[in-house]
Amino acid sequence: MTALTHSVALARESGVAARIAPSKTGDRLFQGLSYASALLVLLVLAGILGSIVYGAWPAFAEFGFGFLTSSAWNIGTEQYGALPAVIGTVAAALLALLIGVPISLGIAVYLTQLCPGWARKPVAMTIELLASVPSIIYGMWGLFVFAPLFARFVQVPVSNLVEGMPIVGTVLYARIPSGVGVLTAGIILAIMIVPFVASITRDMLDQIPTVLRESAYGIGCTTWEVVRHVLVPQASVSIIGAIMLGLGRALGETMAVTFVIGNANRLSASIFDPGSTIASRIANEFNEADGLQLSSLMALGCLLFIITFIVLIIARLLVRRSKVA
Amino acid sequence: MDATNPLATTAHAPRASRVRSSRRVSDRILIVASTLATLLGVIVLGSILLMLIVEGVKGFTPALFTAPTPGPGSEGGGIANAILGSLVMTFIGIVIATPIGLMAGTFLAEYGKTSKIADVIRFLNDVLLSAPSILIGLFVYTLMVRPMGTYSGWAGAVALAIIAVPVIVRTTEDMLRLVPSPMREAGAALGAPRSLVIRAITWRAASAGIVTGIILALARIAGETAPLLFTALNNNSWFNANLFGGVPNLPVMIYQFALSPYPNWQSLAWAGALLITVTILALSVTARFVIKEQRQR
Repeated sequence: MTALTHSVALARESGVAARIAPSKTGDRLFQGLSYASALLVLLVLAGILGSIVYGAWPAFAEFGFGFLTSSAWNIGTEQYGALPAVIGTVAAALLALLIGVPISLGIAVYLTQLCPGWARKPVAMTIELLASVPSIIYGMWGLFVFAPLFARFVQVPVSNLVEGMPIVGTVLYARIPSGVGVLTAGIILAIMIVPFVASITRDMLDQIPTVLRESAYGIGCTTWEVVRHVLVPQASVSIIGAIMLGLGRALGETMAVTFVIGNANRLSASIFDPGSTIASRIANEFNEADGLQLSSLMALGCLLFIITFIVLIIARLLVRRSKVA
Repeated sequence: MDATNPLATTAHAPRASRVRSSRRVSDRILIVASTLATLLGVIVLGSILLMLIVEGVKGFTPALFTAPTPGPGSEGGGIANAILGSLVMTFIGIVIATPIGLMAGTFLAEYGKTSKIADVIRFLNDVLLSAPSILIGLFVYTLMVRPMGTYSGWAGAVALAIIAVPVIVRTTEDMLRLVPSPMREAGAALGAPRSLVIRAITWRAASAGIVTGIILALARIAGETAPLLFTALNNNSWFNANLFGGVPNLPVMIYQFALSPYPNWQSLAWAGALLITVTILALSVTARFVIKEQRQR
């Protein structure tokens, strides 16, 4: 590449300079345009943060740090707090990881170690296509297909079973077994992050030199031992990065969650009960909001920005320049 | 150990067999669990498609593509206005995003390379790639909707463009990097200025890959709902040609109609959902085949 710069410079200094002179302005313009476009990416990111902080300022000024710890959301008395939405966001995302990560790792292991050659491509493509299904479709599937089944076969039997028990009787008890709730949102989010985490993990496992795997098999290791003691330690940092990337997606996902979380403003101890996340509350209320409610929603957006960007930055540092669709 | 003490072999024999069986069990568990996980993924995709086809095909009538969305509780109607609105906004979005993304990707691959500023931009572009789309909706609301005092198709298109840009930047850079350096050097040796080398040689060699990036970006923004909620909103009639006021679009229409109590609206939402998912899956599959061709070149 330096050779190219050098040769162009050489051409300019020598007699050819006169001939290429007319295009020099165009050359500079082209480079300037490409630089400006790249800077625009930074500008957009700064703009997102700036506009949200600007919009949120009245709420932060009014409530201060109390905004974080208050669980009020009262339009009549103009009292707003972030706690239920923040807890809902984190709870749904963590449930999504708890369910989604083992499935993702299983898929990655299946595709790299177990899958017969002819099936590898179609299966991998099916999993990756799951990533391109729009989130609103996951929302419809969750609400109309999954939630009724979930209510009938999980919520009702589990609630009957645990009723009256300490702790589990609270956490796993559905007052109204409608199928929607924080756990349903977590399950739908898990399905949505699986293709991302699985495809990054698969790429990482594929990058591990075959010799390592072969020598492990050669000394008599089983597939489990190869995966557990050779592949996972090799790729662990990237796998954690992939999981963080999935977490970032789960935290900010809006439409699917809005469909299935039930959109309740109060805090409940049961993961079967309806709740709300930051994104779902903004989606639900923003268009009808004004004044302090609007800036409180912006303040929620600001919290979401901070949480997801910290997670995403850590994720990107861990994954670095691996393939991310 | 066993070699130095031959007795140990017999002494450990029963234990060894127990270890072997536990090894076999853990291995079996892994194989069964990971196969089940994969099966689950395939079943979920199949179930989503099945649901869309079963519910969506019922709503497929000629009127779907000719009539605008009906009022609440009324019969008949179609989703022609939402289809047109989505096409217009997606088109404007991609027209805005393509030059910016292409040039920014070119900067990263051809000019910036490993410089500090290029590293920072590359990193933040990757972060922007997975940023929550609802925050982009809030940004464009503050930037355009509030100052203009009205929801507009332009604001929707800008929001979609912001989502599309990082996708195009990423693929463009990746594809340009695949172009071998000797091709650029050959161009430079002929006396071509750098911008001409990029336009006539690098871009052309990577054209299939760059097109893939644009198709992927299209697939990404075609189904985006959250950023349109506060920018284009929706409405139930034909929209203004100047795109001011609410512009009907498929994703927000699906969202509002699917959660409505009217059976007619719900069936239109299903038809729209089928249409949009089939379109997006077709775009993704196309992109996959184009990129394969580029890699093989």
